[in-house]
Amino acid sequence: MSAPGADPWREHRLAENVALFGRVLRRAGLPVGPATVVDAVEALIAAGVGSRDDLYWTLHAVFVTKRDHHAVFDEAFRSFWRARGLVQKLIAMLSPVAPPRAPAEPPKAGANRVAKALFGEAAADRVVEKPEIEIDARMTFSQKEILQARDFAQMSADEILYAKRAIRDLVLPVDRVPSRRKVATARGREIDLRRTIRASLRSGGGIIPLAFREPKTVHPPIVALVDISGSMSQYSRLFLHFLHALSERRRVSTFLFGTRLSNVTRPLATRDPDEALAACSAAVPDWSGGTRISEALRLFNRDWSRRVLSGGPIVLLITDGLEREGLDGLARETDRLHRSCRRLIWLNPLLRFDGFEARAGGIRAMLPHVDEFRPIHSLAAVADLCGALDGSAAERFDPRRWLRQVA
Amino acid sequence: MTDLPQSIDATLDLLGRGGYVADRALATVLFLSLKMRRPLFLEGEAGVGKTEIAKVLSATLGRPLIRLQCYEGLDMASAVYEWNYAAQMVEIRIAEAAGTRDRAEIAGDVFSERFLIKRPILKALEPTVDGRSPVLLIDELDRADEAFEAFLLEVLADAQVTIPEFGTVKAAEPPLVVITTNRTREIHDALKRRCLYHWVDYPDAERELAILRTKVPGAAETLARQVVAFVQGLRALDLFKAPGVAETLDWAAALAELDKLALDPETVSDTLGVLLKYQDDIAKVRDGEVGRLVEEVRRKAAAG
Repeated sequence: MSAPGADPWREHRLAENVALFGRVLRRAGLPVGPATVVDAVEALIAAGVGSRDDLYWTLHAVFVTKRDHHAVFDEAFRSFWRARGLVQKLIAMLSPVAPPRAPAEPPKAGANRVAKALFGEAAADRVVEKPEIEIDARMTFSQKEILQARDFAQMSADEILYAKRAIRDLVLPVDRVPSRRKVATARGREIDLRRTIRASLRSGGGIIPLAFREPKTVHPPIVALVDISGSMSQYSRLFLHFLHALSERRRVSTFLFGTRLSNVTRPLATRDPDEALAACSAAVPDWSGGTRISEALRLFNRDWSRRVLSGGPIVLLITDGLEREGLDGLARETDRLHRSCRRLIWLNPLLRFDGFEARAGGIRAMLPHVDEFRPIHSLAAVADLCGALDGSAAERFDPRRWLRQVA
Repeated sequence: MTDLPQSIDATLDLLGRGGYVADRALATVLFLSLKMRRPLFLEGEAGVGKTEIAKVLSATLGRPLIRLQCYEGLDMASAVYEWNYAAQMVEIRIAEAAGTRDRAEIAGDVFSERFLIKRPILKALEPTVDGRSPVLLIDELDRADEAFEAFLLEVLADAQVTIPEFGTVKAAEPPLVVITTNRTREIHDALKRRCLYHWVDYPDAERELAILRTKVPGAAETLARQVVAFVQGLRALDLFKAPGVAETLDWAAALAELDKLALDPETVSDTLGVLLKYQDDIAKVRDGEVGRLVEEVRRKAAAG
């Protein structure tokens, strides 16, 4: 017990508790560093704590830097601060009336992660219901979502060889668009006045050597939507290697879809390709499950298109297009996607068959809305993908050709 | 001129005086941002009132608003400062004519404050006439490219700008910075790290009604209630772009202009374009949802 009149904040170990809370959040996956904890303590001292709500929103203001983190924070806050009765203590210190206790609520999103972060693996199951395998009655061709983290980081020697060769051959000659930024050039149309003045001062203003500038050219960003259903998984795996190599040179956003849509841009940004793919597979629960293309595109259009389709990207859609239901929806969503990007390129492994005809309903629904229709039928085709990016679309990749054949 | 609020409640009052109906979460984060001198990073869908917060702050605190509207290709020359090249050129010529040959002297003269054209960020670092820092609104930061964010780091962390030829300009009192983004791309963590973050969500029915009453006093009470109920119903549908508060206000104002006292399906159909900005959404709502929603709104009104 400290002497009367001591700093009440110190007495209740505010800093330690905030630091502990920060560690819980970090273990639950929020990017919380030591500086953030210092900020949180500062914020609490600045705001004072009038009620549970104020404490909540004060910490929220500092620790939450993304909308997605809100649910995790919410759960952590409830578990951490209520479990220890700290809110009551803090508020009792500063207010004459004790606040009413909040009634217990059912577990929310993020509960599992937070429970693990707080109590370790053993306690997690006590807090949340046991995980269930989801069975989706609407899926006729693959009834179960296979919840497994398949190890696709282990490529065969051939695959590695081809991937490396493709990466080495990666030449993107005309795949550049002018940006609105300017760079200094030796000669050009526009005079760079700033450099001109500086250069002229070097000679005391006697000579004015003109310096020029021109728009910088950049690679347009790439957004890849990769189907990882059972029939596609072997192509997808190799394709991810390609995307990984590509992401070292330009902005690439990657999404995997099977029965769900997952953004794997961050896991894929890990430097080492094998680690990157392992991180991807860990992040995706439905590897080699069924697929719902229409639903995946709808989710992408609704939740992600505005966030990743800035800067006029090229969208690579890798799927076999074998969708049997909701064809109207599929056509509409593909059309929406097509209208919000620079170019939509569809890579379909079914094109490996010589007698391929665009008869399947899903394929016919999607084909009118893509700019290019290409095979990715063999490992060597990975190298061909570089051609898909350079913008020189050959007539044989025109989707209308396939539709004419069917008609 | 008003002093900064000293508590969360005072912040709520301040926003209220400016005609902004805020919830406690927003007031808390705003209060902290003012108290801790941290930039406020507001993210949310278009039309939920992010920019408005900066305007209200400027109006109620009596500080000038300096607005930097971001766009692709925005660079330091348009955001921070630029040199007045023509004047510099003349100055060099004069120096030459006067026979000055000392290069350092000419350089020192030419790169002085006289030839500096101040753009929004540099202006925001200077105190205003009565010595208070202004409100700096960096609007739609997601429109600018990633390279621009790097410029901002120094400004946001230390309220200073380094000009190579001139030196470092540091604000005596950091400006009140509000950054908004519509999330058309993710902003780098390094930048978010220097700010206090808040997701501005669509308001609930009660708060939206309060906003509507404040902003469109001309709308009849029944109409206002129905408009809010209808818009809240629309947001529950699976639309490509749900209507924001700005759209609600526009719609209520439009209906008030048409002398409407209550919603009817025909009027709603005719004025959907005020609320929804995508043809797909309009078609979807017009084909069947309008009648159902209006019916529901009327039933609720009758019950409540």
